[in-house]
Amino acid sequence: MPDKTINGVSISVDDDGFMTDHSQWNKELAAALAEEEGISLSDGHWKVIDYILADYAEKGTVPGMRRINKVGGIPTKELYALFPGGPIKKAAKVSGLPKPTSCV
Amino acid sequence: MKNILILGAGTAGTIMANQLRKKMNLEQWKITIVDKEGDHYYQPGFLFMPFGIYSESDVVKPKRRFVGAGVDYLEADVDRIEAEQNQVFLKNGECLPYDVLIVATGTAPVPEETEGMTGADWGKNVHEFYTFEGAKALAKTLDGWQGGRLVMHICEMPIKCPVAPLEFVFLADSWLRKRGLREQTELIYVTPLSGAFTKPVASKILSGLLEEKQIEVVNDFNIGSVDNEEHKIVSWDEREVAYDLLVTVPTNMGDSMVERSGLGDELNFIPTDKHTLQSKAHENIFVIGDATDAPTSKAGSVAHFEAEVLIENIMAFTKGEPLPEKFDGHANCFIESGNGKGFLLDFNYDLEPVPGKFPLPGIGPMSLLTETRLNHMGKMAFRWVYWNMLLPGHPIPMVGHRMTLTGKNIPEGVKIPESLDA
Ligand SMILES: Cc1cc2nc3c(=O)[nH]c(=O)nc-3n(C[C@H](O)[C@H](O)[C@H](O)COP(=O)(O)OP(=O)(O)OC[C@H]3O[C@@H](n4cnc5c(N)ncnc54)[C@H](O)[C@@H]3O)c2cc1C
Repeated sequence: MPDKTINGVSISVDDDGFMTDHSQWNKELAAALAEEEGISLSDGHWKVIDYILADYAEKGTVPGMRRINKVGGIPTKELYALFPGGPIKKAAKVSGLPKPTSCV
Repeated sequence: MKNILILGAGTAGTIMANQLRKKMNLEQWKITIVDKEGDHYYQPGFLFMPFGIYSESDVVKPKRRFVGAGVDYLEADVDRIEAEQNQVFLKNGECLPYDVLIVATGTAPVPEETEGMTGADWGKNVHEFYTFEGAKALAKTLDGWQGGRLVMHICEMPIKCPVAPLEFVFLADSWLRKRGLREQTELIYVTPLSGAFTKPVASKILSGLLEEKQIEVVNDFNIGSVDNEEHKIVSWDEREVAYDLLVTVPTNMGDSMVERSGLGDELNFIPTDKHTLQSKAHENIFVIGDATDAPTSKAGSVAHFEAEVLIENIMAFTKGEPLPEKFDGHANCFIESGNGKGFLLDFNYDLEPVPGKFPLPGIGPMSLLTETRLNHMGKMAFRWVYWNMLLPGHPIPMVGHRMTLTGKNIPEGVKIPESLDA
């Protein structure tokens, strides 16, 4: 596993830059990871991150767009505005979670 | 007398009914199966109908014919399950009590989930082949095809038979060539995934095949809407793909009965223990086939392997014993690749599809993850196996529910899961 230094701390990440040890994650780190994606975290972003983390703790997988919309109450349009490009991948990365596996 | 109630007489429900009637003590247990439709469709055949390879009569037979003696067959629409009361209400108001419930209501395409999908183009230049009616209509439209932009598109995952859209473009390519229309046709494959398939090794091989056949691929495309006026699909991040003919796989959802019963997730799939197939919410409810949220393919082969596990678990449950069998996610899928050839995939929860021979190491005769004529013949032979062996609940020789490593060549970089060490 490659290591990476961010904010002066060393974290373990996979080849695509997703954290592999969530215990190393904290809010400051999230802000730094977001910055790498060109995102500056607002309350709207935190609403998404908090939902994803809670859902991950319960289900063990990163929720998809529909789940974040229907269960998490965040409209898909808003999700794209907050995390342009690939919202689920970006949100998972910033939340310190593994790369979302595409469904079978 | 106690009641075992099965909801849905598709692939999974029918196999379960036929196995239960052979194994349960029918003096103590009454087995009832309910389905809202009289016809049983061989769904893998829907892929071949648009190209005139199968006709309607190849893929449809009366459901009742496949449910053996000793099982009560009821043609009715299920309204909801009242799990706390151990009862099921039918739309006609009838109430069926149960001691053990098996939910096998599958998944179906719901085009209304996408904005504009069922607009003016629907049934004209927007089609699907995941239903009997849809496959028939598409056959008619393709028959008049003179060329243009033919777009194969997937709305969102998971879908049943996740390789079917790929098979469709491969078959379309060879069909167009035969008709002398390939030069006039742009073939485009649009997927919400980052690659051709969900698992890396297979995805790489299938991507190579798409390239070879000059099929353009648009990745990571999450559809927001269909623009019926300009004939294009638009993604949430505002990318556009124009079509003359759009063949889409609409959002797949579990039956609305699941939602009315308060038992489903956001797609009406039922949270299910992926090894025992017991519902996570109620211990006397079991779920099988496409209706579960188990992280393996939604496929007939999976329903068949699951049935082998579930029968043992239900036998144990009715005797008050612990559930003995563990489902490993085993899936076994043929992929038509056009020109009379095909691939075969064999995988489970822990191991992605890899190359090798199946079912006998070194001999096969089937080859895994390799394009052969024999794999195509296997797929075509499967229709007979489905009607005559699978549905009646007869065992299929040499292919068991537990996946094995025998015959598989594990490529470098693919980790062998501990569960399969030996
Ligand atoms: C185009 C296509 C190609 C495919 N190719 C393959 C392939 O090559 N290999 C493979 O293994 N699989 C393939 N499949 C997938 C396979 O057909 C399904 O995975 C399989 O049928 C699942 O079985 P099931 O019993 O869970 O659901 P189904 O067979 O769909 O049965 C569900 C049943 O429940 C009934 N039902 C639903 N709701 C209610 C209600 N409220 N009241 C009463 N009845 C209800 C329905 O009428 C239906 O009969 C393909 C599917 C499609 C669409």
